[in-house]
Amino acid sequence: MSNPPVLEFRGVTKRFGTLTANDDVSLTLQQGEVLALLGENGAGKTTLMNILFGHYQADEGEILVDGEVLTSGSTQAAINAGIGMVHQHFTLADNLSVLENITLGTESLWSWRHDQARSRKKLAAMISDYGLVVDPDAMVSELSVGERQRVEILKALYRDARILILDEPTAVLTPQEAERLFATLKSITAKGLAIIFISHKLHEILAVSDRIAVLRRGAIVGTLETAASRREQLAEMMVGRTVTRPKLSAIEPGRLVLEMRDVSTSGTGATELKEIDLALRQHEIVGVAGVAGNGQGTLADILSGLRRDFSGTIELNGQKLAAGNPRAIVASGVGRIPEDRHARGVVADMDIWENLISEDIRSDEICRAGFIINGAGARARAEKQIQQFDVRCKGPDAETKLLSGGNMQKLILARALSNTPSFILANQPVRGLDEGAIAYVQQQLLEARKRGAAILLISEDLDELMTLTDRIAVMSHGTLSSALPTGERSIAEIGLMMAGHGDQGDAKLGSLANGH
Amino acid sequence: MVIEPRETVSVWRAGLAPVWAILASLVICAVLISWAGASIPTAYSLLFKGAFGSAFAINETLTRSIPLILTGLAVSVAFRAKFYNIGAEGQLYAGALAATFFGTGLVTLPPALMVPFLVIMGALAGGALLIVPVLLKTHLKVDEVVTTLLLNFVVLLVVSYLIEGPWKDPASLGWPQAASIIDEGVLPPLLAKGRLHFGLIIALFMAVIIWLMMRFTVQGYEIRAVGHNARAAEFSGINVNRTVIMTAMISGGLAGIAGVSETAGLKGYLTLDLSPGFGYTGIAVAMLAQLNPLAVVPAAIFLSAVYVGADAMSRAVNIPTYIADVLVGVSILAVLCSVMLSQYRIRWRA
Repeated sequence: MSNPPVLEFRGVTKRFGTLTANDDVSLTLQQGEVLALLGENGAGKTTLMNILFGHYQADEGEILVDGEVLTSGSTQAAINAGIGMVHQHFTLADNLSVLENITLGTESLWSWRHDQARSRKKLAAMISDYGLVVDPDAMVSELSVGERQRVEILKALYRDARILILDEPTAVLTPQEAERLFATLKSITAKGLAIIFISHKLHEILAVSDRIAVLRRGAIVGTLETAASRREQLAEMMVGRTVTRPKLSAIEPGRLVLEMRDVSTSGTGATELKEIDLALRQHEIVGVAGVAGNGQGTLADILSGLRRDFSGTIELNGQKLAAGNPRAIVASGVGRIPEDRHARGVVADMDIWENLISEDIRSDEICRAGFIINGAGARARAEKQIQQFDVRCKGPDAETKLLSGGNMQKLILARALSNTPSFILANQPVRGLDEGAIAYVQQQLLEARKRGAAILLISEDLDELMTLTDRIAVMSHGTLSSALPTGERSIAEIGLMMAGHGDQGDAKLGSLANGH
Repeated sequence: MVIEPRETVSVWRAGLAPVWAILASLVICAVLISWAGASIPTAYSLLFKGAFGSAFAINETLTRSIPLILTGLAVSVAFRAKFYNIGAEGQLYAGALAATFFGTGLVTLPPALMVPFLVIMGALAGGALLIVPVLLKTHLKVDEVVTTLLLNFVVLLVVSYLIEGPWKDPASLGWPQAASIIDEGVLPPLLAKGRLHFGLIIALFMAVIIWLMMRFTVQGYEIRAVGHNARAAEFSGINVNRTVIMTAMISGGLAGIAGVSETAGLKGYLTLDLSPGFGYTGIAVAMLAQLNPLAVVPAAIFLSAVYVGADAMSRAVNIPTYIADVLVGVSILAVLCSVMLSQYRIRWRA
């Protein structure tokens, strides 16, 4: 690649106070290539792209596009220079059509009518050129996640982007949709565009990229040709040491712990449950695979005690579940790890000890005379939990918002697992964590399994489910397939079921096996 | 210009923020004073003397701080749960109405029981006024800022109707005012001279009670958790709606007590100018105190001093008393800015 680079970072450094988010980053991007930016959460990938796109200003260094220095701190300058960004969280207006979303902001405010015919023609040409099939007149609210992503890409291309940045683009896709995205990216680079692909998933990066830049603690630790790199080597570069995630050991399942029979919620949306049957035994981790928004949240809300409006029966250790009452559910032996640490898991503005008592504040241990908090007792218990779960903090009185993501998750684990629950609901327990914290959380779940807990693990990461579960069920449009032993279905089969092409017959078979 | 969060916020910096704010607002108002043609040192020394310069002045300042402490507490508690009660003014009058209804002859008890009885009735009336707004919020998601604010005017009109009509005191020589509170129900004066009355003890007691509640009880914990993160509170099993309703009752009750204190302590009877906006100034008190129940006391005394001192100053140097409103307004803005600056830093860059 002797051509001059289309994009070059030269010694870009960005500090937030004492934290160096980007440390002297130098990178080049050539025309027609896919450069993967690999790194753990918090390694500085997103910060670097935010600098490129003008959301932040670098403290040192500069960025060159086609050999010319890019004005820092200006999103408009970045767009004018031909940089397009596809965000992880879509930035589309639901109540507008595809065409309207794409042309939004590209027309002068001073022209009286918009020139639909011309933009329609341009869009049609782009759709056929790149194979990004989507109906220009469809409302965005009616599109699938994969289609929305195509609209995001078209939006960037419509603004004549020549450098496309994709931030964790596969997080919301099924494996098949991801494959399709990769094919699209190849056709885009074939037209001479360049792509930066941000991810922490190794297999994707190996599949789609030409070169790989590995970022660790804000600094580039190496740039490799994809053809000449191996998975283990990349993992080690990314984490800085060899990390082995815990593995499942064979244990014979024990007695029945949780049984859901014919559980449905009213309504017709994809997030409403439809006749769900599920049984979990002791020493068992059952995974729920599926694309976000297919009912996993509803299932988790019911099992967490946040919803009581469902039909069917749920029994925990032979007793009816205390639906709609989180404290009673916790008291009956359920440990809950919520999907969103910040929104549901902790009250960040309260102290660590206060967050550790939130689920049993009215118990005799914590509550004196019916209303006074036993502060000394609560702090002493918190001290023990902090020790046991290795929460790195100044002590029980430290503010929770000062904890890192991993330590915050350890705090939630401490709260959920301390009183040895018989059933654990783990909803995306490792999302957004670094490798060390992932290994820790998974180890804790495996130890709970060994002790005899039944665990329901909801995850969008199939690799995680494949290595950490005894059985896997697939969720799609509110239905749950039977939970077959892990390994009986291939990733491709699970992907098809996630997309809704599942075996309905199989699901029925499952409910029969569960005693109907 | 870049605004960045500070990594650590020292207690020193956070605690001194209101003090810096007050100094800054004094400087800004100095410009207005000199514009009005008065000497700045003279004006401020008159303001200080008017508020604290004599036993009489201190007595007046403390007397005026009583309703401000109570409405300030009312707002602090509500805002802690993110229940934005702008209706302390109306709840104050609801309390005053209850004191007038029960305290002008309907019920007669010995003083040791009559005073607590009126306080409780006033608190219940203040809380009752919030029942509709809080239920509209918890069940229909109606914005409580609008409902509580508008109820203020409704209550004032009701008061106006009652004291011009059915409750009008025949002995008042035509002035629109209600009958006097019977002697058993009057809050006793604290000193031989001056208007300072037992309401101060009630207000200070409530400040301590509310502080203890917020800090050491399950209820206070739940109010704080709901205010900081209602979704996490719900996940941990706190009944968010019930907590918001309870908070509203406490808040309305405190403002209602302010009405009892003004009626049965200061004036002796209900009039339409019972409160020159104590309910609204209570919001300023709560902001200045950063919602801390104990800090409400000095904040209320400060704002009371500004009003009382500005009265004296305007009489002496012929500056409009509106300077007090300006000073209060500016100091609130300054507090908000300084609180932000204690948590964020501004960096100037090309």
